[in-house]
Parts: sequence; structure tokens; C-alpha cells
Amino acid sequence: MRTRGLFTRVALVLGLVFLYVPIISMIVFSFNNSRLVTVWDAARSPTLKWYGVLVHNEQILAAAWLSIRIAVVAASAAVVLGTLAGVALARFGAFRARLLLAGMVTAPIVMPEVITGLSLLLMFVALEQLIGWPKGTGAVTIALAHITFCMAYVTVVVQSRLAGFDESLEEAAMDLGARPLKVFFRITLPLILPAIASGWLLAFTLSWDDLVITQFVAGPGSSTLPMVVFSKVRFGVTPDVNALATILVLLVATGIAVSTVWMRYQQRRRERDLQLAAAANL
Amino acid sequence: MSSEVPPPAAAGSAPDSAYVRIRDVSKKFGDFAAVDHVSLDIRRGEIFCLLGGSGSGKTTLLRMLAGFEAPTTGSIEIEGQDLSRVPPYERPVNMMFQSYALFPHMSVEKNVAFGLEQEHLGRDAIRRQVGEILDIVKMGDFGARKPHQLSGGQRQRVALARALVKRPKLLLLDEPLAALDKKLREHTQFELLNIQQRLGVTFIVVTHDQEEAMTLGTRLGVMNQGRIVQVGTPSDIYESPATRFVADFIGSVNMFAGEVYANGGEGLCIRSADLGCTVRAERATGGAQGATVWTAIRPEKIQITRAAQAAGPPAAENTASGTVKEIAYMGDMSIYLVRLDSGSMVRVTLPNVLRGTERPIAREERVALSWHGSSPVVLTE
Repeated sequence: MRTRGLFTRVALVLGLVFLYVPIISMIVFSFNNSRLVTVWDAARSPTLKWYGVLVHNEQILAAAWLSIRIAVVAASAAVVLGTLAGVALARFGAFRARLLLAGMVTAPIVMPEVITGLSLLLMFVALEQLIGWPKGTGAVTIALAHITFCMAYVTVVVQSRLAGFDESLEEAAMDLGARPLKVFFRITLPLILPAIASGWLLAFTLSWDDLVITQFVAGPGSSTLPMVVFSKVRFGVTPDVNALATILVLLVATGIAVSTVWMRYQQRRRERDLQLAAAANL
Repeated sequence: MSSEVPPPAAAGSAPDSAYVRIRDVSKKFGDFAAVDHVSLDIRRGEIFCLLGGSGSGKTTLLRMLAGFEAPTTGSIEIEGQDLSRVPPYERPVNMMFQSYALFPHMSVEKNVAFGLEQEHLGRDAIRRQVGEILDIVKMGDFGARKPHQLSGGQRQRVALARALVKRPKLLLLDEPLAALDKKLREHTQFELLNIQQRLGVTFIVVTHDQEEAMTLGTRLGVMNQGRIVQVGTPSDIYESPATRFVADFIGSVNMFAGEVYANGGEGLCIRSADLGCTVRAERATGGAQGATVWTAIRPEKIQITRAAQAAGPPAAENTASGTVKEIAYMGDMSIYLVRLDSGSMVRVTLPNVLRGTERPIAREERVALSWHGSSPVVLTE
């Protein structure tokens, strides 16, 4: 820390500029009074005008509400399915078709989104013809598609968490008389809960801002927030999009700040516990 | 091959009969036999130590007793009840894991209570039994702590308490002391013996540490490559090893190849070129004339004396002469490495009985080695 060279300092500044200048300029322009996004109206700025426009824009509010509902449903369902798949991959040893499951579960991560979206759309159309469900495309198909690719990420997170902790914990519980289902709910689940929580957040974020796959499986009247923003931006950026983006950035930044503080607190508590244990060493 | 449970009277009439009976158990992983036709009888209330190096199959055998692995062939019985098809959560067997496997998200009390909760005991009964067992392992004041707030020795006690609280018919211990430092180990060893005697639970201990096995075990089973090589009391195994592997694995030993030239009433006479003398092993009987055998002599059973100035080659039996090459002073004893006139090296240990001997044997000094006729062990395999 003491011997920071000139190069390191320059690299740091450039890195920060590269990452944050676009975001900061967007935030600044959200308070601009002018209709033109790139012209700063110095006389009558800053103003909260665009925030006012935003809260009266029914289309954006409806899209945001739909996105939140889809993200909650998709994240929750993906967590259940992804946890099951992660446990199977990490704990069931070398069962038949294990490789197939591992490949299929993680396919959405490596597959181009266009292909995932297209194949899901084809499947939904075929399903409707065969069994009459789902009826057309809309919120249901978007949620199903989101569950599919979110599950992949949850599986990876849960599996790596399980690989990191000692299998003898589960064996010990079984040895003490707990049946496998009880072992899962009393031992395995509490231990992977942090992974499940971060998997849920990850899935929520992925679902919240997915555009490509969503466009394939969305129907009339089921536009999510990214779709609305994207279609607005195509005809030129309007300042109310800036305002919307600023609100989202603020929400995310608050979330990160809270989780950082909480993790610091946990870390400090763990260090104190370790010192306590060392002091009690007999 | 009957799997019927024998009537209790039969078990009662022969108190010395096997409490745990392992019959011809094998475990194969693919083509590899981790445990290879092992049969063992374990008595009630004893501490049986399974001793072997890594990959000897001792842990696999333990895991089959716990029910985590199913034997490929053979059966395991406790008090005449066949356990081969009983899942781990229904066996009257508990295990203390090498890593202790304490549940990190539960307090000490909750960890210990976990086993009792599975039996749906009342809350008061559970609390009383948990308190009792924590007092026995001297962890009564730490019930509210989480495992990561405990030291290694404390965790070991909690793991022991958790495994004992259900009063299993058989307690399995996987390397119970391996994670502790040396000072703590010795202390814990005796405490473990104390607790075992107090509760009278039958212990099976798996370890790679022969010292641990010797101090803990009432009987040892030495394993090598999936097989039980020898079963006996610690002194049986140390003083009368059955094979070269056992002799070498337990303690240190000097081993010399030789040829039997007489098998008389006063023991076996062996001529050894390696040793450069003849050996009379009074206790040995087997071995046909002309057979190649190995003579094993423990380092502490050899006397070392300063040679009378350059005497001629000693013609006597059970003596050899050589030159001291290395001396390692260990405090309580000294180790001498002696190069015999035949060229082989011999290890001799001598307790330092007197404080500051006037003129100790020094390096490069000529010495005579001798041993009592009862000391050599003759091994054929």
C-alpha cells in the first residue's frame, strides 16, 4: 500500500473513469431540464421533472411491475430446481446419466441466448399444439424461460458450495439416527442456505434484466422493463429513461453497500470467535 | 449360513464369545479389493484397534461397520443380529469421525442432543442426558458455544460426547487423536481409556499410529492390503510378530536373512551372512533345515558393550561385533547405529539409566553386540 508507483495510480484512475463516467453522466443528465438528452440546459437545471414524468408513465410502471413479478417467480422456482440438481450432482456420486444431467443443466450458461430463446419458443408453440398449454406467449412463457436459464446458475452455485463442505457432516447425522430426508432439511439445507440466498439474488438479477430470450417468448401485452426501455431507446434516448436508470443504479448501490457492511460485520465476529477459541485452548 | 437370531440364552451362556462378528467380509471397488476376506471377532467391552497404513482397508472396514458402505460379500453381526442390510440410521452403532463432523450451525448442546432427538425422547430427558455426557467429557460449561468457538481438544470431546450419548452397542472411532498436537494427544489418550471403562462401551478404533494403537487397544488387528495380517494383544504383536510386515510396521526392528542349519531341542540355529554370526533362537520352532528365514531383533533387546581390545572374531552364538557410526541422544535413551563387520547396519537403543556416565561409548569405537537367546524372532514370510 505504501509503495504505489505512478503506473499503478494512473491505471487505477483510468479504470475508475472507464467504469463510472458513463454511469455518472447518465445520472447527471437525468436532472437535465432539456428535452434533448445531450444538451445541458444550464438555466433551468437541475430539475426533478423527468422523475415526475416517470411516475406518471403507466407503460413503464406496468412493465416494471411485470418484471418484478416474473423475477420473483423465476428466482424462487429456479432456486428449488437448481438446489435439487446441485445436490444430485454433488452428492449422488456417479449415477447413470450424471454427465447428461450436468451437461443439460449448465447448457443455458454456455449456449448463445438467441438459440436458447428460439428453442424455447419452438417448444412452447409445439406444446400448445400438443396439449393446449401454455396458451399463447406471455408472462407465463417468459417466467418458464427465465426459470430455465436461472436454474443453471443456481445449480452451479449450490454444487460448488456442497463440494466445499465435508460430506461426513451428513454421514454423522445419518449415523445419529436421522433419515436421509431429515438429514437434508436439518443439516444440508442450513449449510447451503447462503449459497441458495446468493443463487436467488443472482437469478433475480438475471431475470430482471434479460432482454434477448424474453423477446422470443414474450407475447402482446407482456412487455418487461428491459423490452420497454429498449424500444424507447430505439427512437432516441429520452431523459425519463435516464431517470429510470438512475433509480435502478441507486437501488443496486444500496443493496451492495448493505451486503458489504453485513459481510464485514460477520467477518469481524468470526475473527473474534477464533480468538476466543484459541484463548480457550487447553 | 443361517441368518436367524440365536436365542439370548445362547449368547448369555458364553460371555466370552464374539460380541461383534465380522464374517468373511470383502469390499470391492471395481476390480480393486479394498477389504479382502476379513473375519474378526470382537469381544464385549474391549477396545479393538485396527492398525494399518493408508490404503490398508481399515477405514473401509470401519465404514462398513457404520453402514456407509455395504460389504460385497460376507456379513457383520452384533450380538447375533445381522446388520448387513440395516441402514446406518437404524444401527446400534455410532461413529466419531476423524474430522469430528460437528454441525457448524448448531451449538454444542444441540449437536449432542441431535441423536437423542431422533429417538423422540422428551425434552427433559434429552436435556438431562446431554448434561450428563457433557459433564463426563468435561465440557459441561461449553454447551452454548458453537463448534468454531472451540479449540481442537474441546471439539474432540464434543464429538465423543455426541457419539456416546445414545449409548451405542459399538462405538467406532476414526483416527480419534490424529488432529490433536502431541502433548494433548497423550493426555486425551488416557482420558479416552477412562471414559471407555466408565461407560463400558465396546470401541473399535482405526489408526495408522502404532503408539496410539498400543496404548489404547486391548487387542490390535494389523491390516495390510485389505487383509488382517495379525490379531493379538499389543505385547503379542510387538514381541511375536507373525510376518516381516508386522515386525517392521510396529516399532523398529533389525532384520537379517539367514539359513536354518539346525533345529534341535534348544531352539533354531540360523547362520546369517548378513549378521556375520550364528543365531540361536530359543523360542522358535518352525523352519526346516536349509530353509531361508528372517531373524528379527528389536533394538532395545541388544546389549552394547565396548569391545575388549581387538579380540579375534567371536565364535560364540548371538554376538556380533562392529563399529559405532552414529549416536543419537534422545534424553531418555540413546540410539546407536552400528556397522557390523559383515557390512550391515544395526540399530541399538540403550536407556540412559545413569546421569552423566563417566565415559560413554563414542563414535568410531569398536563394540560388541549381544542378545539373549529368547530375543530373536524367526519369520518365514
